[in-house]
Amino acid sequence: MSDSPVITQGALEAAHHEHPPYQRHHFETIGQQNDATNFAMWLFLLTEIMFFGGLFTAYLIYRNWYYPAFVAASHQLNIVWGSANTAVLISSSFTMAMGVWCAETRRKSGLVLALVLTFLLGLVFLGIKTIEYSEKIEKHHVPGFHYSIQSFVNPASDPVAAAYGDKPLALDMAGKTELYFFLYFAMTGMHALHMIIGIAILGYMIFRARAGAYTSGHVTFVENFGLYWHFVDIVWIFLFPLLYLISRHQ
Amino acid sequence: MSTTIISLPDQSTARVPKVNYLTKENGLLSWLLTGDHKRIAMLYLISISFFFFIGGALAGLIRLELLTPQSDLMATDTYNKVFSMHGIIMIFFFLVPSVPATLGNFFIPMMLGAKDLALPKVNLLSWYLYVAAGILALYAMSTGGVDTGWTFTTPLSTHYVNTNVITTGLAIFIAGFSSIFTGLNFIVTIHKMRAPGMTWFRMPLFVWAHYAASILMVLGTPVLAIALVLVVLERTVGIGVFDPAKGGDPLLFQHLFWFYSHPAVYIMILPGMGVINEVISTFSRKRVFGYTAVAFSSVAIAVFGFFVWAHHMFIMGVSNYAVLVFSLLTMLVAVPSAIKIFNWAFTLYKGSITFETPMLYSFGFMGLFTIGGLTGVFLGTSGTDIHLTETYFIVAHFHFVMVGGMLMAFLAGLHFWWPKMTGRMYPEKISQLAAVVTFIGFNFTFFPQFVLGTLGMPRRYASYPPEFQILNVFSTAGATILGVGYLLPVLYLTWSLKYGEIAGNNPWQATGLEWQTQSPPLTENFIETPIMDHEAYDYEWLERQKEKEVASVG
Repeated sequence: MSDSPVITQGALEAAHHEHPPYQRHHFETIGQQNDATNFAMWLFLLTEIMFFGGLFTAYLIYRNWYYPAFVAASHQLNIVWGSANTAVLISSSFTMAMGVWCAETRRKSGLVLALVLTFLLGLVFLGIKTIEYSEKIEKHHVPGFHYSIQSFVNPASDPVAAAYGDKPLALDMAGKTELYFFLYFAMTGMHALHMIIGIAILGYMIFRARAGAYTSGHVTFVENFGLYWHFVDIVWIFLFPLLYLISRHQ
Repeated sequence: MSTTIISLPDQSTARVPKVNYLTKENGLLSWLLTGDHKRIAMLYLISISFFFFIGGALAGLIRLELLTPQSDLMATDTYNKVFSMHGIIMIFFFLVPSVPATLGNFFIPMMLGAKDLALPKVNLLSWYLYVAAGILALYAMSTGGVDTGWTFTTPLSTHYVNTNVITTGLAIFIAGFSSIFTGLNFIVTIHKMRAPGMTWFRMPLFVWAHYAASILMVLGTPVLAIALVLVVLERTVGIGVFDPAKGGDPLLFQHLFWFYSHPAVYIMILPGMGVINEVISTFSRKRVFGYTAVAFSSVAIAVFGFFVWAHHMFIMGVSNYAVLVFSLLTMLVAVPSAIKIFNWAFTLYKGSITFETPMLYSFGFMGLFTIGGLTGVFLGTSGTDIHLTETYFIVAHFHFVMVGGMLMAFLAGLHFWWPKMTGRMYPEKISQLAAVVTFIGFNFTFFPQFVLGTLGMPRRYASYPPEFQILNVFSTAGATILGVGYLLPVLYLTWSLKYGEIAGNNPWQATGLEWQTQSPPLTENFIETPIMDHEAYDYEWLERQKEKEVASVG
């Protein structure tokens, strides 16, 4: 009876000094480590918001200045592919969330499956993006590379513009469509670059997950990557309406 | 009354502790792959000193060229490159990382009672990014340089010059990420790594200042990154976003650039202000007057700092209403800056002041920063700004803040913490001399430039009307003295590594947690996690500690 508190004390101390292997030496507890790395990830995403923020600012200003050009140019985007990509990306966020859940509940095969699905959906997104980009290249809508304003000064010659019943733009306003396409390529390109980085990391994670790396209790990496993936998804959720949708009926 | 507070252990018996962060592991790899914030701080210290002397050599060339009214030492194009590279190297490779990456890196974890920064690998990555960026910048410099000025003003940088804009832009892009990672690491560390009892309002003000600067690094730098990416794209592809011929607007670049680069001056000055808090408090044996006000003034500077960028653009065609608003907001920044200066003055009031080297540098800081800050108000006022902008008045203003302010603070901090970083004292007399020489040289160099600017001498020209020569000769002569003032510390600090007196744990009898452990510290900083049971700058607590020590020895 009198010994038991001492034993409890000793056991507590043993528990305190016994760290899981993935705890870095400079953290007091694993909770502190998880808190710190999560917080760092959120801060990093904040810097990403500021990074994209510069482009969104440019979009806002030039859209206000060159409204007719932005309307006509946005008609050139393919809403079917755009919507498909939105669906693909949201599904990939779902599979990623499932992956985080599997890691937390220590389901190794579930985690691998979720990561593989996310990986594939990411590739599908990039594939569709490639189709869209090649359409732009064919129509000479890539700024800086033999850019052509044919579709905007003479909309009747362009089936897409004709379908929308676009009116011909004056020559100087038609030139401003190049700015729209630049912003389109810069914003979706920067987004695609983030996707490519994400997919590369996913590949590494699949490799590690098969070895059981994230299903032994140490889930911060999967969690933080999940945050990144959702962030990239949310960027698209803003890009899609701004670039594809808001000028549909004008 | 004693004239010094230095208390060193008995030199005949004292030894630098055998086991410390410097001796724990040996070999180049143990440094290049280290996660220890103290070693990374030393790596940074060496690299930023290297870049400081490159930037300084370029400054010397500028002053030599301006010794005579004609452009005779170098061609005017070369002169453009020299001042551009001087600005780029000094700002992105010295001033921005100076105090945070060296002293901040070294002491923030120690002041918080932590074993390391929250993300040691990211910390090391930030140094590698810095080095990569530095090499790229040096490569750009040695293969033709860049002549846009450090501001990369469009359309000059995108359409008119044919120098290494792309390489230099990429170098700064990479250096930016180094800075982001440093700031991010500090914020996470300050939030999550504080020792038990270390509440927000028990942290040293050095940490508060770095917290504010880190917010700016994390939120501002990505905007610079995207602005530079757009410049590179404009140059390579011709995207048109800054090209008026295609409907773009060069002013958009200015907005994006100054959205970072104005807060950047607070990234540069806030950590310096943090150093001054520690030094002033220690050498007047008093708690910093108005601790809370000083803490919040740092955050206020960070917040206001984001809303004043357009005062760099008053003459560039922004609307009159924007000028009005930004002028007013600019005045607001003077308030938290003045809070700091007044509170330091009140800290000195009735303190037991001693004049060790860090204190001399701090006095230099307070005087020169006040002049630099007040002339900033001239420039924030649109009426006077239109007359003074793009003249030497502006050059003098920001050199008073950056060199007179930040560099003085950096040297104050370096001397103050040198005993802790190396375990040895610097030689006191010669370093006091260096502080005085620096102060005199600085004023000789830059005060004439205020006069030159008011008289109308424009900046960024290799030649000038002969009537300005006398003041320029003064300025160049001063720069020579200043150069000596900066060379001296390099010599005697290096000397002190081997021959300096043994410092002991707490030569200044300072209160910070970093002084309550051995010098140089252990890799883990503390033998066991310290518990903070008193306010910052509590000299009574320190007295009681010492009493206890004596009692236990007796």
